[in-house]
Amino acid sequence: MSAVLETRIAEWRAQLRVPTAITAEEAEELEGHLRDEAAVLLAAGLDEDEAFLIAIRRLGAIDAISAEFARTNSARLWKQLVLPAPTTPDSRSALTGLWWALGIGLVAAASFQLLLGSVIGWPGATTGPGTPAAYGLLTLMPVAALTIWLLVRRRDEASGRRRVLLALTPILLLTIGLALGPLGPRIAGGEWFALVALHAPIAAWLSVGLADVGAAWRDVPRRMDFVRFTGELAIYFTLLALGGGVLFGLTSAIVAPLAPAALPWLAQVGLGSCAVVAVPVSAWLVTAKQSIIENLAPVLARIFLPLVALVCLGAAALYLVGGAQRGFDREFMIVFDVLLVLVLGLVLYNLSARGTGRATGFFDIAGLLAIFGALVLDTMLLLDLIDRVGDYGWTANRVAALGLNLLLVVVLAVAAALSALQLGGRTPIAALERWLMSTLPAYSIWAAVVVLVLPLVFGTG
Amino acid sequence: MRIDKDLVAAVATPLVLSIVADSPSYGYAILARVRELSAGELEWSDGMLYPLLHRLEELGLLTAEWGRSPEGRRRKYYSITRAGTRAIAQQRAQWSTVTATLDRLWQRSGGQPVLGVTP
Repeated sequence: MSAVLETRIAEWRAQLRVPTAITAEEAEELEGHLRDEAAVLLAAGLDEDEAFLIAIRRLGAIDAISAEFARTNSARLWKQLVLPAPTTPDSRSALTGLWWALGIGLVAAASFQLLLGSVIGWPGATTGPGTPAAYGLLTLMPVAALTIWLLVRRRDEASGRRRVLLALTPILLLTIGLALGPLGPRIAGGEWFALVALHAPIAAWLSVGLADVGAAWRDVPRRMDFVRFTGELAIYFTLLALGGGVLFGLTSAIVAPLAPAALPWLAQVGLGSCAVVAVPVSAWLVTAKQSIIENLAPVLARIFLPLVALVCLGAAALYLVGGAQRGFDREFMIVFDVLLVLVLGLVLYNLSARGTGRATGFFDIAGLLAIFGALVLDTMLLLDLIDRVGDYGWTANRVAALGLNLLLVVVLAVAAALSALQLGGRTPIAALERWLMSTLPAYSIWAAVVVLVLPLVFGTG
Repeated sequence: MRIDKDLVAAVATPLVLSIVADSPSYGYAILARVRELSAGELEWSDGMLYPLLHRLEELGLLTAEWGRSPEGRRRKYYSITRAGTRAIAQQRAQWSTVTATLDRLWQRSGGQPVLGVTP
């Protein structure tokens, strides 16, 4: 058959891909039918356009066919989460991605266990509390696995070597810094354990970002895509962790009477390794399912944004009316950091799901109110703390928390101003997006400062 | 003569099963056979055959296998299963009851035997 017919069939086929009730195999079967019919009509002396049009007409409306397919198998309306049979090139490459994720994840898990075993001890034979640096390196493992998986996935793209170099630099610097810095033998612990374990992966997230966006790291839309990727990754990981937790609980309950000695092994080696492997696997799930299921992060953001706005405004009002009954505890700073991060995330994911037009919607107003409430609360906390800073003195913990807090306040204050301006019709929504995207690396950089610089300042004391 | 849509839908299953039972076949050929047997009277939108084929496959009345057309294109061939053969027998019994009932009625009211299969 000739070019005209081929183009027509290709167009028709593209249209067929839209209603998701029709699988690729069914589309192929329908296409075969169309070709048979067209061939018969051509043989009868019709020209190609006529043959195609009549064949299409006899086949019937695509909508009706896909509705009928959906009625036949209502399960397919629940978009399929299972893997398709490995017959199409798409699903085959998706499977390759999974094998890579498992392979890289297992290597990372093995390194994780070796380090854990040698520094802190194998189950039932603790050798020591370990060092904060070791904790940092441990939390770097899954992030490194994720980075490498992304690099492998994009190995065919242009500027490959540069991307690899760019992406691995932050992780390598962190690794060297942790291994050689004062957090190894010289600082024995205390507050540093949690501080390093928390901040090292955030700093290393820079690597993940660079591996994902590569040379286009200045590009605002690409950064936004990376934010979406991160959100979906967190959701998939949480789901896997929930399932894994249930499975682990059941396994422990079954194993406990049979072999109680196996339990610590199950927890440290089994659960620990699974958690590491789950990170690249979640990333694979995000990419493999990207086109199949709805992105969840914006949905959750829209559910919680109005609620968080209510909570923030309510708490701010309570404080303004009654004042704090007690002075803010300094540990409270972390709670406020979490609140600000939450608000920022909600605003970001709300933004990620909207179009580029002017925002006057309910969610944009809710977002502005949430930022406003959170800022009022945070300002009061900061004033309260600065007021009594002499009582506390500076520790690494407080500097880390305060630094993050200041960063978030600046980001959110500018975001609030931009939101208000664009609600008033002064600036385009793109300005808000650009601001939030351009500040993204700041969180990683601050985390790197906490991991690499603060030990130099506080470690000697 | 145009045949009512609901009737076409009702007859579709025994028709498709019986055609495939004759010899394994594929969608386009099944439709062509229907057209030929009914002298073009029994027609339905071609596309609707495929959801039906897949439903019958899921019910285990047909099995499907990808083969090749003479021109080398991939083509899905359907053949009958044992359950499909049983289903044809059941359908046959049901249809002869229906047609016999209608025949008796219409003969009593003075008409000619329409369906012509009074047992």
